[in-house]
Amino acid sequence: MRTKPILLTLLTLLVCSSLMFAGTVSGKVTYTGTPAKQKPIDMGKEPSCAKQHATPVTGETVVTGPDNALENVVVYVSSGAPDDGQVPSQAVTFEQKGCQYIPHVLVMHTNQELKIVNSDQTSHNIHPLAKVNREWNKSQPPGTAPIVDKYDKPEFISVKCNVHPWMHGEFAVLSTNHYDVSKGGGDFKLPNLPPGKYTITAWHEDYGTQTADVTITGNETKDVNFTFKAKAY
Amino acid sequence: MRVFKSVYGCAGVLSLALAAGVAVWGQDAPDTGPKARLALKATESHIGNLTGHAADGKTDYRRYCAGCHGDYGDANGENAVWLDPKPRDFTIATFKCRSTLTGTLPTDEDLYNSIGRGFTNSNMPIWNTLSPQQRANLVAYIKIFSPRWDKEKAGEPIKIPAETAVTLDSIAHGKALFTKLECWKCHGSHGEGDGPSASTLTDSKDNPIRPYNFAAGKDDSRFKCGNSNQDIYKIFMTGVDGTPMPSFADVIQPNDAWDLVHFLRTLQINRHGKENEVLSAAHGVIPPYVDKNPAPAAPENKAPGSGQ
Repeated sequence: MRTKPILLTLLTLLVCSSLMFAGTVSGKVTYTGTPAKQKPIDMGKEPSCAKQHATPVTGETVVTGPDNALENVVVYVSSGAPDDGQVPSQAVTFEQKGCQYIPHVLVMHTNQELKIVNSDQTSHNIHPLAKVNREWNKSQPPGTAPIVDKYDKPEFISVKCNVHPWMHGEFAVLSTNHYDVSKGGGDFKLPNLPPGKYTITAWHEDYGTQTADVTITGNETKDVNFTFKAKAY
Repeated sequence: MRVFKSVYGCAGVLSLALAAGVAVWGQDAPDTGPKARLALKATESHIGNLTGHAADGKTDYRRYCAGCHGDYGDANGENAVWLDPKPRDFTIATFKCRSTLTGTLPTDEDLYNSIGRGFTNSNMPIWNTLSPQQRANLVAYIKIFSPRWDKEKAGEPIKIPAETAVTLDSIAHGKALFTKLECWKCHGSHGEGDGPSASTLTDSKDNPIRPYNFAAGKDDSRFKCGNSNQDIYKIFMTGVDGTPMPSFADVIQPNDAWDLVHFLRTLQINRHGKENEVLSAAHGVIPPYVDKNPAPAAPENKAPGSGQ
């Protein structure tokens, strides 16, 4: 009878201490060199999409920000993450809008529900080119229900629409919830890391991967920066 | 000097012979190559009453298949560079002609039928010269190249309802679906494989690929995954995996699918069949389709009849 409160206290202490001593890894992703210029996309063959863009959109393979910031880089804990296998109950959504994928890079946990939505007035086909996971290809005409699926193995999967050849996105299926995608300033942040040794991996669809080892000892923020070499074409 | 030379020569010949021996040994030793996971002896296929054994398929595979599909099933046979479309890569276990949903493994029967039927518009011949037992053994053999066969079961074959009557109405509805589902974007409005996206298509290995041209050819032997109306039904419902052709199983109702089949048959303008007879009787004119049971006022952006 008495063990229960003691256990509870211990548990609370454990949770509190792990929260108190949770470290953060943060930093910035940049590039060196000159990235290939992203070409404007001619959506003339799909007027319903073309008219959604006041000015032509460009390809999103390499998206950069000020001060050589590199966007759309998936930064994640590739080893040492304490929550491997905890699948979030909330679904992630991949939207087709204006004949573009939103977001361009979508991160999900293995076995997390993936919802694919077509918000356009045209048919798309969603063709994730999985190699480790199952490769499928489904048509999604306007107004049809979302396609719901999940991937059970970690993999970076290119997604294309065969009807609209310029459409291109990426799925990053990870076995961790500790991830971030670099935004406009190239910044990323991986909070809530209990003390331990971690490998942080940064992945860019065109420039490849980089890793860094980090040790978190307590309630601290470790700076880790990644610099990718730009491909000229 | 001469003695030395001959000694060197001898040594050279010897080492060459040794190397050749090792090479031959090395070639013969692995049954399946580095990527294979399945045991040669235990792998089987089941087609009706036939049971195929991978071990019994090895010799035939080496003799008839490896030239294109490669000793290791990785589509890197010595002829592969000359072929278009490329041979199937058995190490990824993605197959075009299935009775099962997109992303799933085909049934043994699907693979068996593919071997016996061959693939039109490709270099894969009709292997009906091989006995049913030989073909069943080959089905078992190609499974050893991918671990997927160990971990996954074949998909459930899709359910195909009895074919509906071929009528002008059915053809008209099929045409409406062909337009609405945008089949024409690749296949062209007359099914000649010349739609606006046709020239941009690539398969999952980035090789250029052409959409099917319905209008070419005189009979129906040119369909990739079989000649019957049921086979056409299967193609668009299951999709042709590894190619740009998606599955429409989630978006076409089973009976509507038959209407689409009937319309697709009329795109085969030189074919003698019921669909073209019905169309000729109507002087070749497909009337605009009128939905007799329109869906209740659907919100904007909802296509009627999409089921959702």
